[in-house]
Amino acid sequence: MGLTIGEKILLAHTDGKSIQPGDFIEARVDVALGNDITAPLAIEEFRKSGVKKVFDRRRIVLVPDHFAPAKDLKSANQCKVLADFAHQQKIKNYFEVGCMGIEHALLPEKGLVLPGDLVIGADSHTCTYGALGCYATGIGSTDLARAFIDGKCWFKVPATMRFVYNGKLNKWVGGKDLILFTIGKIGVDGAAYRIMEFAGPVITKLIMDDRFAMSNMAIEAGGRAGIIAPDRTTLEYIKQAPLAASTYKKYKARAAKLYSDKNAVYEKTYTWDVSGLEPQVACPHLPSNVKPVGTLKDVTIDQVVIGSCTNGRISDLRLAARMLKGKKARAGLRLIVIPATQKIYLEAVKEGLAEIFIKAGGVFSTPTCGPCLGGHVGILTEGERCLATTNRNFIGRMGHPKSEVYLSNPAVAAASAVTGRITHPDEVI
Amino acid sequence: MIIKGKAHTFGDDINTDDIIAAKYLVTTDDAQLGQHCMENIAPDFVRKVAPGDILVAGRNFGCGSSREHAPRALKGCGISAVIARSFAGIFFRNAINIGLPFVELDDTAGIAAGDVLEIDLASGIIKNLTQGKTYKTKAFPEFLQAIVAHGGLMPWVKAKTGGA
Repeated sequence: MGLTIGEKILLAHTDGKSIQPGDFIEARVDVALGNDITAPLAIEEFRKSGVKKVFDRRRIVLVPDHFAPAKDLKSANQCKVLADFAHQQKIKNYFEVGCMGIEHALLPEKGLVLPGDLVIGADSHTCTYGALGCYATGIGSTDLARAFIDGKCWFKVPATMRFVYNGKLNKWVGGKDLILFTIGKIGVDGAAYRIMEFAGPVITKLIMDDRFAMSNMAIEAGGRAGIIAPDRTTLEYIKQAPLAASTYKKYKARAAKLYSDKNAVYEKTYTWDVSGLEPQVACPHLPSNVKPVGTLKDVTIDQVVIGSCTNGRISDLRLAARMLKGKKARAGLRLIVIPATQKIYLEAVKEGLAEIFIKAGGVFSTPTCGPCLGGHVGILTEGERCLATTNRNFIGRMGHPKSEVYLSNPAVAAASAVTGRITHPDEVI
Repeated sequence: MIIKGKAHTFGDDINTDDIIAAKYLVTTDDAQLGQHCMENIAPDFVRKVAPGDILVAGRNFGCGSSREHAPRALKGCGISAVIARSFAGIFFRNAINIGLPFVELDDTAGIAAGDVLEIDLASGIIKNLTQGKTYKTKAFPEFLQAIVAHGGLMPWVKAKTGGA
């Protein structure tokens, strides 16, 4: 019986000879990630265990990004817990403010997650790295504490669902729209405890940033992973990461083996022709409450957020800047643009994107998860409405329980900043 | 282990932002987290919970973020167990790992708020003492039973590695 990519990666990290959905396995992880919210709890559990030294200081990554730069005293304390632990355990991949970025943009950029890796992260959007052909999945703080001890994690092997996208995408439609469309079709538990595998001619043509956006939101359909088979686009991307030539060669060879077998078993296959698909918008209060942008013309907004681990990458900012060049955000509307990493920030400055945002009346912030989870840099008060390129629109997600969040791609978000209501990019450009 | 308590009922897709909003994720203390449990969707929930009470929900309970603070907040406010039609993947493993008892039950719609429930975790039998009904749930697979029996992931790992 053949295997899917996800099954192959899991199997390669065990001592077993075979694998099938439903199996409980203990697997060796390549990377264990924590942030300023989840790692303090893991560090506390690790200390309680009495173990003195982490299993491998090179395989642990710590990123203060959620409430960093520290938004208040308590957040500062949590960030310090990470810094102290990294220092004490000599963990190299700890990224202080000034070097850090939103974890799920930062790790791929740095070449810390690569095709075929098994990555666990105490953050649900760890599934983002599936776009590189990793098995990457969100776990809890206690899981992370355990991995600190012996580098292992328990898994119940999920069944795989395949999503095939055919056709030709409209202008202004990208990875974000495809994943919102998918979640809209199958629901927030439509892929519950499944590996989602994205494939088809439309995926092959997607740039990496759009693939990251897709894999990122697999969790919003309940997916444990969102995997795309590595191809030329993947290899070109990892070539840009600061990797030794020998490392690149090794992963190139590995990537060639990362495909699902012809006789792999899928629990279900969805095949869609996405030609003519309009930009998609998720309405409050679930990411599955998805409508085409054209049906939401009358929805006025108070704030636009462009950023996050979903859509804070350079191509996202370029799209937004294209929309905003020479224009102003509507008076009274708050436009907040947050590049996901320092590298992206610098690129945006060099390319003149930062200037476009600032001249449009926007805020151009240092990297942080910030408003996405109602942390800081753009909290909503009662009755306010935001259109964001983020990933969740649950009740109170960005602030007051009586505020509202709509989710879209960066072009729609930027166009809407100009008009003050949810707007198709064609209307602005 | 027998758990007995009053039911607090919720619907489908209760996410971890509902269970504990992100602004409170600046502590690792269960009791402090517990003070704000379900605040955004049921502001009076915490006041109504008596220690030992049971939370009953629909499909996909605990969807959203990986925050382990969610099951910890439930524990912290006095909830002794969760019954739901289904659980989201990360919440499921977090609950196992920290030893928050939970069971999957297909038909939770019949349970009303305030019903007194009794869960026998070993046999998977739930008794609704108010309505005089009995429900049978699926037992955990052996692998998970072992973690639960040790009281969570860390004690289980400790036992496995010989207390190292």
